Amino acid sequence: MNIHEYQAKEILRSHGVPIPPGEIARTPEEAEKLAEQYGGMVVVKAQVHAGGRGKAGGVKLAKTPAEAKEHASRILGMEIKGLKVHTVLVTSAADIAAEAYVGIILDRDSKKPVFMVSAAGGIDIEEVAAETPEKILKLPVDTRYGLRGYEAMRLGFFLYDDVKKVKVAAKIMQQLYAAFMESGASLAEINPLVTTPEGEIIAVDAKMVIDDNELDRLPKIVALRDETAEEPSEVDARNSNLTFIKLDGNVGCVVNGAGLAMATMDLVKYYGGDPANFLDIGGSSNPEKVVNALRIITADQNVKAILFNIFGGITRTDDVANGIVTATKANPLKVPIVIRLTGTNEEIALKILNENGFSAMTDMDEAVKKAVELATQEAA
Amino acid sequence: MSIFIDNDTKLVVQGITGRDGSFHAKQMMEYGTQVVAGVTPGKGGLKFENQVPIYNTVYEAVEKGGANTSVIYVPPMGAADAMMEAADAGIKLVICITEGVPVLDMTKVYPFIKEKGARLIGPNCPGAISPGKSKVGIIPGRICKPGRIGLVSRSGTLTYEVVHQMTVAGIGQSSCVGIGGDPINGTNFIDCLEAFQNDPDTDAVVMIGEIGGTDEQEAARFVKEKMTKPVVGFIAGQTAPPGRRMGHAGAIISGSAGTAAEKMQAFEENGVGVAKRPIDVIGLLKERIK
Repeated sequence: MNIHEYQAKEILRSHGVPIPPGEIARTPEEAEKLAEQYGGMVVVKAQVHAGGRGKAGGVKLAKTPAEAKEHASRILGMEIKGLKVHTVLVTSAADIAAEAYVGIILDRDSKKPVFMVSAAGGIDIEEVAAETPEKILKLPVDTRYGLRGYEAMRLGFFLYDDVKKVKVAAKIMQQLYAAFMESGASLAEINPLVTTPEGEIIAVDAKMVIDDNELDRLPKIVALRDETAEEPSEVDARNSNLTFIKLDGNVGCVVNGAGLAMATMDLVKYYGGDPANFLDIGGSSNPEKVVNALRIITADQNVKAILFNIFGGITRTDDVANGIVTATKANPLKVPIVIRLTGTNEEIALKILNENGFSAMTDMDEAVKKAVELATQEAA
Repeated sequence: MSIFIDNDTKLVVQGITGRDGSFHAKQMMEYGTQVVAGVTPGKGGLKFENQVPIYNTVYEAVEKGGANTSVIYVPPMGAADAMMEAADAGIKLVICITEGVPVLDMTKVYPFIKEKGARLIGPNCPGAISPGKSKVGIIPGRICKPGRIGLVSRSGTLTYEVVHQMTVAGIGQSSCVGIGGDPINGTNFIDCLEAFQNDPDTDAVVMIGEIGGTDEQEAARFVKEKMTKPVVGFIAGQTAPPGRRMGHAGAIISGSAGTAAEKMQAFEENGVGVAKRPIDVIGLLKERIK
């Protein structure tokens, strides 16, 4: 789960990380008021779940409250990578003498959270990593022991020469690590970690991504979810325990398992069609999930044919068949449906489908070809 | 032979009285797997299906039931504990089916299991099957057929798809292992490729990957450097749209976007046969095993 910059900053602040004052505004007037309150230069920053906000014009410096209002009116409502901006963060601007990068990510290779720090922070950090990897220190942390004092100091010494600054930085590393662990994060990043001309060290931007698997035990984090920042159909799907990503094609896909769902989309393309979505009904499916999946897919006006591709393992295919029957009885389909289903309880599933006037196929390639054909016919 | 599980596998099912655990315990028993024990805390002393003794702890399942392998169907928030209990009780192969285990939990489980000298497969995986001998997990037995091709996959249902198509084409399997798609899992592609390379009853290997990470690229290099047996592969997600990536850390750590194109290129460069569709695995295998 993504959270906004202002939310990540609140979490870091609560752990003691020094961050300039800032609050969110939903209207240009609110932005103006905040700028007045802080005095001096402020930054107006779009709050969306996408990178590259600065390059898209979603981050602007304002010298006066009037200018802050003007920027906010332009940024609010703008789209960044397909996501509409509903809120801006208004925050005191910092004077910058140097910018460092500090990040923690859950790393597949070391199977640990890995700290990455660089004195060459800022928006070009990925180029720094690619061209001068020696300017980045990577330090995996054993979560059974936590970030040890000497490790935090080592990270600090990689960034600063002055031992006073090193100690401040080491403390920030500990605070960032604590925030990462307590929030069930998969990523936490401060970029830039700014040194001011006065020698203060402050976090000017922050990002956190939460591991979805943590949410059941972290109600405080769940409460940070901003559903207005997401595609409505994706919110609906999540609330029905489905994984759904909307795409632009016309073949609606209902599949169990992420790998098979992707392979099904690949095949739809291979046979000349275009998938309307990625939808994984997951394992342990019950009929209700299938009902919800059909509701979400048929709500998309672009969908010209529906393709079920179910290979039952932990998913029982009779549950899926029952779901299809229930859903289509309540809301008869307006577009053709192709059902491919095999695996656990297949005989029962086929019986249920046949008794209710559906036919099912057992070959994946044949089913995909047919769904693409039907969608193309319907679209013509 | 086969890898990881065979006729000597003596299985304890952790979470044997739950919905998924009981359903699949029965399926494994029907397949012929030696299910010697079940564990559900508080239900010790009962019998599953009037047959399999249930214990309160994995320790008892090992001492009294003689279990040497465990399969885990407990809910996600209890899975880390279940995996560690199994390894601590002396189980040498722990297969965790549970989906949704917090990744930070795995950062503790992984080193714990390594230190106990056990192998973990999963979490969030379909398990393993050595057709005709033993099945541990949820891979439907009837889609498999004993034979001489090994299969390793990050996916669940896509594994079934490919195994099913192999079986229909008359190509049997020595073992099929689903390693799971979570960021931190116990067994990776290279572990399985190495085991298949050393298994005298495996002639060639099928590898099913997905977008994300760099495991497939590293596995491809392993094939070139260490393997004499032919390997063919498929990558799911060739048409997946790029996500709206947050932050820079992902790109810095791996230096890779983990796209299907990148992985397929790594296959190509290292002599792994590249299947464009799952069904193409069959043709590629036939060319290579003659």
